[in-house]
Amino acid sequence: MTRRIIGPFNRVEGDLEVRLDIAAGKVEAARVSASMYRGFEQILHGRPMMDAISINPRICGICSVSQSVATADALADLLGIVQPENGRLGINLVHAAENLADHLTHFYLFFMPDFTRAVYGQKPWFDDASARFAAKSGRGQSAVLAARARLLNITGILVGKWPHTLAIQPGGLTHAPDEGACMRLKSVLADTRTFLQDVLFGQPLEHIANLEGRQALGVAIDTALAAGADFGRFGRIARNLSLEAYGQGYTRFMSFGAYLIAGEAAFAPGMMDAGTRHALRVPDFAEELSHSWYSGEPAHPEQGETHPDADREGAYSWSKAPRVAGEPVEVGAIARQVVAGHSLMLDLVGGGPANVYTRIVARMVESARIVLLMEDWVRRLEPLAPVNLDTPHASQQSGSGVGLVEAARGSLGHWVRIEAGRIEHYQIIAPTTWNFSPRDGAGKPGAVEYALEGTPVADGDEGDAMVQHVVRSFDPCMACTVH
Amino acid sequence: MFNILWLQAGSCGGCTMAALTAEDRGLIQALKAFDVNVLWHPALSLETGEDALGILQDVLDGRQSLDALCVEGSVLRGPGGSGRFQMLAGTDRSMAAWIADLALRARYVVAVGTCAAFGGIPMADGAVTDACGLTYEGDEAGGLLGSNFRSRSGLPVINIAGCAPHPDWICETLGLLATGGMEAAQLDAFSRPRFYADHLAHHGCSRNEYYEFKASAKRFSHLGCLMENLGCKATQAAGDCNIRSWNGSMGSCPDAGFPCIACTSPGFEQPTDAFQETAKRAGIPIGLPVDMPKAWFIALAALSKSATPERVKSNAVSDHVVVPPARLGESE
Repeated sequence: MTRRIIGPFNRVEGDLEVRLDIAAGKVEAARVSASMYRGFEQILHGRPMMDAISINPRICGICSVSQSVATADALADLLGIVQPENGRLGINLVHAAENLADHLTHFYLFFMPDFTRAVYGQKPWFDDASARFAAKSGRGQSAVLAARARLLNITGILVGKWPHTLAIQPGGLTHAPDEGACMRLKSVLADTRTFLQDVLFGQPLEHIANLEGRQALGVAIDTALAAGADFGRFGRIARNLSLEAYGQGYTRFMSFGAYLIAGEAAFAPGMMDAGTRHALRVPDFAEELSHSWYSGEPAHPEQGETHPDADREGAYSWSKAPRVAGEPVEVGAIARQVVAGHSLMLDLVGGGPANVYTRIVARMVESARIVLLMEDWVRRLEPLAPVNLDTPHASQQSGSGVGLVEAARGSLGHWVRIEAGRIEHYQIIAPTTWNFSPRDGAGKPGAVEYALEGTPVADGDEGDAMVQHVVRSFDPCMACTVH
Repeated sequence: MFNILWLQAGSCGGCTMAALTAEDRGLIQALKAFDVNVLWHPALSLETGEDALGILQDVLDGRQSLDALCVEGSVLRGPGGSGRFQMLAGTDRSMAAWIADLALRARYVVAVGTCAAFGGIPMADGAVTDACGLTYEGDEAGGLLGSNFRSRSGLPVINIAGCAPHPDWICETLGLLATGGMEAAQLDAFSRPRFYADHLAHHGCSRNEYYEFKASAKRFSHLGCLMENLGCKATQAAGDCNIRSWNGSMGSCPDAGFPCIACTSPGFEQPTDAFQETAKRAGIPIGLPVDMPKAWFIALAALSKSATPERVKSNAVSDHVVVPPARLGESE
């Protein structure tokens, strides 16, 4: 057996180290380490409750809006208020814009550049992929950055700036868009649709959003390829390298449900266990600490605490290890779409695990679906309807609240308890904490650790290419993971 | 060719995310105009693991020249001075140690964002990481590199403060460095580039008429001035935030209805009171405009309040314009 350490593992968000035990040319065991700790839960303790609105977006500059929405939802839950529908439409638009920007960033900047590695120099698609996806210089990279900047104009119009807005409050949105703003939003969405249809998919968004099964997906990839669109390039490479055979994870998926309006989620919440759908089981959550640099015992986030202990025996990560009734789960776009019952994703996954290929396909399908939802929300925005409620004064509050949202990378939960207006307890479980958790007390590996087992590793400099694909197929965000 | 190396210390990644929207086409494209070459960036470069470490080692050993070291995020010195709250993955050394060594090789050292500049949110009360900026710890000079640090060019660390900074502050600072360099006189007292730090965030605020008449928002979504009740510090914070706008033609914090929290200032993470409330003494905000005598401010505020048009009074406490402008006598 040989050992290999990959770090800094880049083109992910934040700090990641991957340690592999390799036997007979395959990964026998993997350990992933989140190598940075900042301590937001400790910073929040004792603060005035509304300070969480200013501090929490700064947990993560990538999914800053998701952190804002989870914070606002947790405090709204505590205050017993429901944001007005118009405010919620605006919040959803900004949240969806961030999630879509994340999917595009991941595909073009983080995932696809790995196919321009020298190890693939003899492949028939290599020159084309390099021209398109080479890190820092590919033509697709400059195209996506312009499209992404344009898409994020939605944040300028509705919430002032990105990242780190304070516009998302327990009572709703701090800014009521007027008629002109609604037209500007439509204009941005029209440009976003054009980019996705012309550059990414080479076909109408509706084709991608409504794909029904494996065969239709094959046709869509051929259409994209013929149109010179990037989804086609991905499909061709995925077939050639059999990406579907790698990175197979657990068969348990979870989603908190995404884009709530009037209590109804556009993508339904729940769990999927080997093809069987269950309700979400939040009371069964526990964060394990046996291999994490923290002292303490496993606990539900309503009780759990965060006490760093860099000397803990056997620990190898600043990430905790959340489990549902003792079991690891996979979260993210694929979990969200499977749980929401998207027919293509159900067909691809069946009762089995996700893999490198289906994780990417899920993000692509979801990107198309998000734009259709956003177009609907903009139509429903009413320029003169209220966006924000008068909220009860924070300094007199006591109680507890929970905010459960879906960030681009999966399920994000905030658990807060307030006493006399001050934060007494704050715990966060981020999407990548689920996916990139270390082992738990029973020795069970986290989702990506498990998915890495069996991945081929050749000798030599770039022999770990498939490891890179597997890890990046999860789109980790380590900043969130540890917070 | 102007070579930059970008490292993420104790960061949320938000400065990089902001930079990716620079000039509507992303930092790397935007920097091409200034012949800037990115040697390595954690989010953007192909090189990973040993290949990435090889680039850092080449800089340390002098095989690769380094024009600017850009650091994003606070330096985490704990626990107990070991730096173990952030080890550079794939190495046995702390990020703090890597930064300290690489800084000695760079012509310029640039702190991208308030965390790298002053410590920022990770050094707020309650934090145990012993976080600091490169040459500041809050408003006290020192930090990781010490108050006497000068990079090879002779300049102190250049602090592009902001949480996150405007992407074009990053782009224009690097552009200045790449096309002739900067001098100490181009930096303010906290070593921030004066081209944006010589302004106040208040300048160009779209709520200026409400400010002039002290017609204040009472709660979020109201159109009125955010200074009296909702904690806005734009009259005290460095930045041309409302002169150039954010994320397209529209954005800024107060324009979108929430207070400036002075994110370009050292110590912004620890306000006197809550972030979204105006700290007051005897009913008077304690944070008044930086260079205005208090007595005059109070006198003018009283005068302007008594002269406030009905239109401004009504609109200030509404989430849309309820009384449009009209000449006196023409309105109903």
